[in-house]
Amino acid sequence: MPTVTEILETMDYGPSPEASGEVMAWLKARGTFGHYIDGAFTKAAKTFATANPATGEVLAEVAQGSAADIAAAVKAARAAQPGWAKLAGHERAKWLYALARHVQKRERFLAVLETLDNGKPIREARDIDVPLVARHFYHHAGWAEMLEDEFPGAGPVGVCGQIIPWNFPLLMLSWKIAPALAAGNTVVLKPAEQTPLTALAFAEICAEVGLPKGVVNIVTGDGETGAALVAAEVDKIAFTGSTEVGRAIRKATAGRDVKLTLELGGKSPFVVFADADLDAAVEGVVDATWFNQGQVCCAGSRILVQESVAATFQNRLAARLAKLRTGDPLDKSTDVGAIVDATQLQRIRDLVAQGEAQGAVLHQAPAQLPPLGCFFAPGFLTNVAPANIVSEVEIFGPVATLTTFRTPDEAVELANNTRYGLAASIWSENINLALDVASKVKAGVVWVNSTNIFDAGAGFGGYRESGFGREGGREGMRAYLSHPATKAKPEAEAVRLDAAPVPGAPSKGPAPIDRTAKMYIGGAQKRPDSGYSYAVMAKGREIGLAGLGNRKDIRNAVEAAHKAGGWGKATGHNRAQVLYYLAENLSAREAEFTRRLHDAGIPKPADEVATAIRRAFYYAAQADKFEGAVHATKSAHVTLAMPEPFGVMGVACPDAAPLLGFLSLVLPAIAMGNRVVAIPAPSMPLAATDLYQVFDTSDLPAGVVNIVTGAKDELANVLAQHDDVAAMWYCGGPEGRRMVEGESTGNLKSTWCFANHDWKGTDGQGREFLLRATQVKNIWVPYGE
Amino acid sequence: MPSHGGQSLSNSERNPGVPLQVDWFDQIAVNTPATERRAATLTTRRTVKKDWQAAWLVNAIRCIDLTTLAGDDTDDRVRRLCAKARRPLADHIMAGLGLETLHTGAVCVYPTMVPAAVKALAGTEIPVASVATGFPAGLMPLPLRLAEIRWAVEQGADEIDIVITRAHVLDANWSALYDEIAAMREACGPAHMKAILATGDLRTLRNVYKASMVAMQAGADFIKTSTGKEGVNATLPVSLVMARALRDYGTRTGVRIGFKPAGGMKTAKDAIAWQILMKEELGNDWLRPDLFRLGASSMLGDIERQLDHHVTGRYAASSRHAIA
Repeated sequence: MPTVTEILETMDYGPSPEASGEVMAWLKARGTFGHYIDGAFTKAAKTFATANPATGEVLAEVAQGSAADIAAAVKAARAAQPGWAKLAGHERAKWLYALARHVQKRERFLAVLETLDNGKPIREARDIDVPLVARHFYHHAGWAEMLEDEFPGAGPVGVCGQIIPWNFPLLMLSWKIAPALAAGNTVVLKPAEQTPLTALAFAEICAEVGLPKGVVNIVTGDGETGAALVAAEVDKIAFTGSTEVGRAIRKATAGRDVKLTLELGGKSPFVVFADADLDAAVEGVVDATWFNQGQVCCAGSRILVQESVAATFQNRLAARLAKLRTGDPLDKSTDVGAIVDATQLQRIRDLVAQGEAQGAVLHQAPAQLPPLGCFFAPGFLTNVAPANIVSEVEIFGPVATLTTFRTPDEAVELANNTRYGLAASIWSENINLALDVASKVKAGVVWVNSTNIFDAGAGFGGYRESGFGREGGREGMRAYLSHPATKAKPEAEAVRLDAAPVPGAPSKGPAPIDRTAKMYIGGAQKRPDSGYSYAVMAKGREIGLAGLGNRKDIRNAVEAAHKAGGWGKATGHNRAQVLYYLAENLSAREAEFTRRLHDAGIPKPADEVATAIRRAFYYAAQADKFEGAVHATKSAHVTLAMPEPFGVMGVACPDAAPLLGFLSLVLPAIAMGNRVVAIPAPSMPLAATDLYQVFDTSDLPAGVVNIVTGAKDELANVLAQHDDVAAMWYCGGPEGRRMVEGESTGNLKSTWCFANHDWKGTDGQGREFLLRATQVKNIWVPYGE
Repeated sequence: MPSHGGQSLSNSERNPGVPLQVDWFDQIAVNTPATERRAATLTTRRTVKKDWQAAWLVNAIRCIDLTTLAGDDTDDRVRRLCAKARRPLADHIMAGLGLETLHTGAVCVYPTMVPAAVKALAGTEIPVASVATGFPAGLMPLPLRLAEIRWAVEQGADEIDIVITRAHVLDANWSALYDEIAAMREACGPAHMKAILATGDLRTLRNVYKASMVAMQAGADFIKTSTGKEGVNATLPVSLVMARALRDYGTRTGVRIGFKPAGGMKTAKDAIAWQILMKEELGNDWLRPDLFRLGASSMLGDIERQLDHHVTGRYAASSRHAIA
């Protein structure tokens, strides 16, 4: 060991290991962990080892959960759920408060255990993960207390299956369990097989505080255990992890009426403008890219720097990189710890090697990596073309790409040039520029002049293939609540639409002028691509012909909808004006629409038209009133939760109430700024096609509403599969719902599938429609001078 | 620039300065919340323990400008301070640490105390630093301020800690600020000049950066945060901005400027924190007294107590240590 005099020469930091004796003693005492089911640990049958990735040392043996274990856990959760839900909010709040308290009392224990099992630096486990865990439980103790006031009429979903990743094991556990319990749900949680230990310690904490049995169940195991949980009789699945597994879960839950939230991967842009505080931005990269070895779903892994400062920025970044200390995660001066396991390390190596083979240049810290364990020297890649694999694929390691842009427009274009949409970080001292870009990036979380800031009071979650649903804050609570189910009014089986002429009887009177219902695409009436039409029948009589739409009509409609992007940027007032105007023009033609519905044999046609007009007024009213929130998070931060339209939505309408059903879905969607491709009631599309003239006279911009008539499920299938449709609503039978959910996995679009119900009553309109028509973007703006 | 154990090193390189270059700083972006975040986590990302902690505390002593700047300073008080500067640690601590020689970076006094300090430090390598230019407010006619510098240098001061006219910064009157500091630099002659920016009066971090850059362009050898008399004195965020300013000046000119936080730093923990900042942002060279000083008076006492504990394993009482 060097003497003081020698250290005075080198001025090294020296070792500063966090003691792990307490935790190692606990692990030794336990040795093997069973599952935590129904308030007790099971005896482990088949087990697997969990190791410290920094050393390879086996920490414990953990049970491999079987389908039977999952079934037992779900059964326990199911049994406990009614009692837990029946507790007063205050009672659940006390339990959550106790969990928060105990997490705090065990803070160092949990931090050390997390570092041992995961490889993350003790500083991060100690200063970031564990305090956020406690904060999450405190925050949700509050939601439990206020549930009835804040979410009147809402109840729990039931039993929640929760599957969490290995990058923030305990933090993700808290993000899942706290809101679930607050809302009155019970849970079965499966931690990642790489990092099960803090979840098991948490199970002991649940037992320590005396949480009622069955409320929290923890089943350890690998992907098969997770699949068993997804397949089990649960009411909700909440998953955080890879987009690939998210897709599989979406498929597996399709049509099962399982509430689903997915928090998936990302390739988040980190945009540095020339007028930014470059030193602050460089430090931002440390927290965005190298934090947690880059194993962060919202890591700022694509650094985009304005050309004029790119050289300076890169020099400073390289200098900062050289200061990073990679090594023993338990050392208090370690910046970059171990990669979670050998598989992940190999994946990082392979991706970086492929990127280099495709022309990228790797800049790495001159780090002396420990000889043992899973370590990867942090770095960044330059000379990266957008087509390079490392630009596109999530590396999930301590390596970001560094590329340049010329103008703000180009920055936005590059930022959005990804299949993901989880987060974005924007650096500029110009508030106009920063907020402009914040509004334009497709991401669920935007940090201005900051990065990776989290708080239980703000929602977190992605756009696009980064998943759907939010965790944290009011948005997150919603994902664990359900409203009393609307009373389904199942529709008749869809009949095959026949393109053959329908023989009729010769008319006796003068010939009426034939009316042709075409497709309505981009504000113009278009002939169906197929060239076929089908007869719309009522009371055994043909009342008109409608186009038989096909996939090309859908394609054209989606393109037209994309061109109408200005609608989403219009003010709520502007959109309200159009909707009021629409109501006005519909009202002027009330008699004509009533007659049309009457001729089609629709019961109470006058009622339906009157309700439709009222509905247009309702959504006109909401257009400038359905708004976001400013979340109470950290001091000197404005955290804006802004509902944004999805963009282009697909809407498959019910067969019943052909006018009201259509408008009940289309109006809320467009009121929020979406553009819609709608499939009207196949049995009576004329109620919708008659609206062309109403739309055209109401200043509705071309492309905001597009109508493709034809076979609903065939067209809905094309919409569900369309990668440039961001969300899809489907009203119809179970087979169609399963199809839409199952086919939506391509771009993991947000789906809302439901059975037909009464459209005239309260189920036909309301905030739920608006919530479903928007996604929340949380924008963090720290301030201070 | 190599450095040695307990040996004193005034920064041997002088900063010749450059003509006023407003474009080096007038567009500077300093994001306050981000700066505060970085400052707040500097000491959570790095720590020193055991012998390393002891060594870092010893190093802090090497860098301390042991200071008395009080209205009731007397020659005897200054002599006592100098005695502590010559022998900052009790013998048993020195022995326990395996050190033979150690002294503070300098002593820092008012101009009229310079003769007493020079006399008390005769035969040592400890430089005498004197504040000057109407310390602490600096609101005296420039000729008088320059005369004060010359007087202190004539009395034997090796280093002069000047104060700037804050109004020039607040008014963005960069040429006036530059001319004033350049004149002071000239008046300092062979004495090294530390420019006190009184950052607590400048309020914004952008002002701190700009004033730092003007002071360096005008020839300051060191930039220093505070007089110790402002409402807010040395803080880590301000120090971070000044460190980055002197880094930028070095990048442009190749000249290395020293940094001196002063005022408000009282604990051994502070001593470690500022050294971590220096090492992380600038490198090991800025852990030597030729480029780094800690302007402090009571900090040494706390460091001595910590080192006593390190050596003996028992918590120490300051009454058993010689006071400054």
